[in-house]
Amino acid sequence: MATAVRPVRIVVAKVGLDGHDRGVKVVARALRDAGYEVIYTGLRQTPEMVVDAALQEDAQVIGLSIHSGAHMTLFPAVVEELKRRKATDIIVFGGGIIPDDDIAALKKNGVEEIFTPGTPLQEIVDWLRQRFPESATK
Amino acid sequence: MKVRARDPKQAWQEEFESSPVREDGIETSTISGIPLEPLYTSADLPRRAEEYPGQFPYTRGIHPSGYRGRLWTMRQFSGFATAEETNRRYKYLLANGQTGLSVAFDMPTLMGQDSDAPTSRGEVGHCGVAIDSLADMETLFEGIPLGDITTSMTINSPAAILLCMYIAVAEEQGVPASKLGGTLQNDILKEFIAQKEFIFPPAPSMRLVVDSIEYCAREVPKWNTISISGYHIREAGSTAAQELAFTLADGMAYVDACLERGMHIDDFASRLSFFFDAHIDFFEEIAKFRAARRIWARWMRERYGAQQERSWKLRFHTQTAGVSLTAQQPELNIARTAVEALAAVLGGTQSLHTNAMDEVLALPTDKAARLALRTQQLLAYETGVASTIDPLGGSYLVEALTDEMERQAEAYFKRIEEIGGVIPAIEVGFFQKEIADAAFRYQQELEQKRRIVVGVNDFTVEDEQAIEILRIDPRLESEQAERISEVRRKRDQARCSNALNRLRKAAAGTDNLMPYILDAVRAYATEGEIMHTMVEVFGTYTETAVV
Amino acid sequence: MRALARAITLVERRDPSIRDLEEAVRNDTRSDTNPVGVTGFTGAPGTGKSTLVDAVVTLLRTREQSVAVLATDPNSPFTGGAILGDRIRMQRHALDPKVFIRSMGARGHLGGLSLASREAIRLLGAFGFDQVVVETVGVGQSELEVAAVADTTVVVLTPNLGDSVQMIKAGILEIADVFVVNKADIDGHGRVVAELRTMLNMAPKASWKPPIIPTVATRQEGVEQLWEAILAHRSHLERTGKAKELSERRLRDETVEVAAELARERTRRALREDPALTERLLKEGTPYRTAEEILRTRTDN
Repeated sequence: MATAVRPVRIVVAKVGLDGHDRGVKVVARALRDAGYEVIYTGLRQTPEMVVDAALQEDAQVIGLSIHSGAHMTLFPAVVEELKRRKATDIIVFGGGIIPDDDIAALKKNGVEEIFTPGTPLQEIVDWLRQRFPESATK
Repeated sequence: MKVRARDPKQAWQEEFESSPVREDGIETSTISGIPLEPLYTSADLPRRAEEYPGQFPYTRGIHPSGYRGRLWTMRQFSGFATAEETNRRYKYLLANGQTGLSVAFDMPTLMGQDSDAPTSRGEVGHCGVAIDSLADMETLFEGIPLGDITTSMTINSPAAILLCMYIAVAEEQGVPASKLGGTLQNDILKEFIAQKEFIFPPAPSMRLVVDSIEYCAREVPKWNTISISGYHIREAGSTAAQELAFTLADGMAYVDACLERGMHIDDFASRLSFFFDAHIDFFEEIAKFRAARRIWARWMRERYGAQQERSWKLRFHTQTAGVSLTAQQPELNIARTAVEALAAVLGGTQSLHTNAMDEVLALPTDKAARLALRTQQLLAYETGVASTIDPLGGSYLVEALTDEMERQAEAYFKRIEEIGGVIPAIEVGFFQKEIADAAFRYQQELEQKRRIVVGVNDFTVEDEQAIEILRIDPRLESEQAERISEVRRKRDQARCSNALNRLRKAAAGTDNLMPYILDAVRAYATEGEIMHTMVEVFGTYTETAVV
Repeated sequence: MRALARAITLVERRDPSIRDLEEAVRNDTRSDTNPVGVTGFTGAPGTGKSTLVDAVVTLLRTREQSVAVLATDPNSPFTGGAILGDRIRMQRHALDPKVFIRSMGARGHLGGLSLASREAIRLLGAFGFDQVVVETVGVGQSELEVAAVADTTVVVLTPNLGDSVQMIKAGILEIADVFVVNKADIDGHGRVVAELRTMLNMAPKASWKPPIIPTVATRQEGVEQLWEAILAHRSHLERTGKAKELSERRLRDETVEVAAELARERTRRALREDPALTERLLKEGTPYRTAEEILRTRTDN
């Protein structure tokens, strides 16, 4: 039997106390429209919760949205937790209020990509498509 | 040549239709989707009796003298890192002409957590000032006479606690509560709808709000007990019409709750205040503000039977739209903010906050914060717009738009009523869905270039110059943790525990909680301890997420 | 846990190695006399289903039972994507190692439950969970799908959706083994219960009369009675021999479904890879003849 094409699964979450979810919801919809299965885990997630969800859901990607300024603590915490759970094959990307200097530091520390305010949604989708070509959908 | 007498309107119509039309981005509708016609004429003026400022329904303003009597308050929202640093920034802004204080708290404080709680890791002092106990509040207002200024505090779920801290600091300064003036945001409904900084479930949250309104009506009569907010709803992606409708609906829900408590409408209505966004779609915003006054006045007088004029007058604070700021070519944000501030002023706002240009990236630097304030001063003193009351009154466009806003708001009120009211609507995700849909639509308009944002989807530059931004010292978190430990060490532990126990008992009953919270605050219980005590009784709330 | 998650993915991808897995599962699993209990929850959006499932999980955990939850949401038929948001209602159980939550897209399966869910349920049982809960949104025919995989189907209703019980879709009343009327604290609750009872009384007599359980899921009220009702239904199935009957029927049905899916795949592939065939089909307009030819002559390699 032919192997069914399996959509790429992305866990999308807000870590930390910040509740501004406009961006993450808009991105979730755009990813769905691009053919991805998006598991939205909501607000106030801890790094442990996000990684645990990604493992249960067998997701390939974790997307985080942070507007509170706590990104330099929270992104690395998620990367650490992935290491601890031996799941470093799951890639991490994110968005929010993140200054350019911090982006460089985050990328050195295991975050694959950061999308700053004003990034067209298509850019995020293109990046995912290029990262996961075998799952090319419409 | 034969000269025909032509109907001038028809003539214009024909000439317009045969003229070439610009191809690049004409906004043919407002962000709310209301069509923007090429021309409005007297035929578009709504048929109504001439309106005057200071007269019901206050479309043209709540004061007969407008800004001639008193300028809007220049109230810049501010706060970061420690109470000490924020205290310095306040003194700096007051010295530079700011006329009222506005406190921004950090995420842990907004969420009722102490700075040393595990969930506060990485979050202390980043988006506002960290306040853990009365000790921090004392530092925050050190050297600032609370009897002489007004202060706005932007906090919601723990609002009652912060208000009690303010009252306690004033007490220490020898200022009685009855003299205190200011505003508490305290608008929990919009948290459930948009900003999501809720802790307790809706029912106990509403109880706390009503407790604070009831308490202030007696003890702190000059205090604006609530700032019913549309800003956050708008920033979450709603249209202007939705912002207007949802905010006023929330207002009515609070009025209903207070009436249910047994208060009389005229005892509290005049201390309800509002908070709107000033977005970049210029004329729509002005119409929104005017419609807000008209609608609220009607509802207060006709539906709720308020007798006193001051109960009918909608007063509001405005903040320019954070969501309109761009990270690209950020200096342009100064211009955006100026246009938005102008809309707020032409709409008759009572007080105004203008964003700093660097706020997409971080909290503002001193320089950017000062420029934002100067923008308001420019409007007030150089442009002449404050010299005439409601200068756009009578404009065909603005009057037509004001009416349209009113119509759309009323249509939403009906829908909310059909669902059973604001809280049932929140629980089925009605507002959240409207907002998420509008946000997504807007994003698509941007991506398809049907709407332009300069520097983002058009007129971009390749080489963005980095600008200097504010950094929060990471040592702050451990320093703040030490401060809390010190407070806990030095306080009278028995007095503190007793106060918290009494609060817990009262929370399980029906007493007004304000006096109990005040006692706990005076005993130097931390914010986290007070919130935790109430969580033990009220529980916490998980939202129905609507994407 | 990751092994389980990955196994479910293999099932979703219908990876050939799933055949070996099936073997291992058969050999390793508990005996057929004590298969894992599967309870299905279905109902319209807005009924508080996820909150109810969360409450049931909480109850089961207080009784030291391990639970796996399969929550399905529809995939977009156009893009294939989906937003799966049911986990949010179960935050309480995040990081509890004895609770496993998996969101599944319906993957174009018209009914709302993908073919993979059945195999996934078997896997969950094999991995040792005491209880499996399947949750679907009540759209299309998905309620019928749930009934096909669950031992006990719970249909969730609420008073404030504006519809009276009369308007509930045909088929729902027939498949429900237990009715829950959630949000029992709201006006109109009594009316829904009364209407339901009337309708049930009018239905032809059967050996099992579905109980109607009022709940307030957000306050964990009525959940114990609900679980009692579910257990009562299960023992009814055991006692009357229906359990065996259902389990056999399910295996047969599933085989039919798998065959149908295989045939679909084979046909799509043939049309994709054989231009001559497609040309003939388009010229002559004979889907039946073409289909029969494909099934007769093409194989799967």
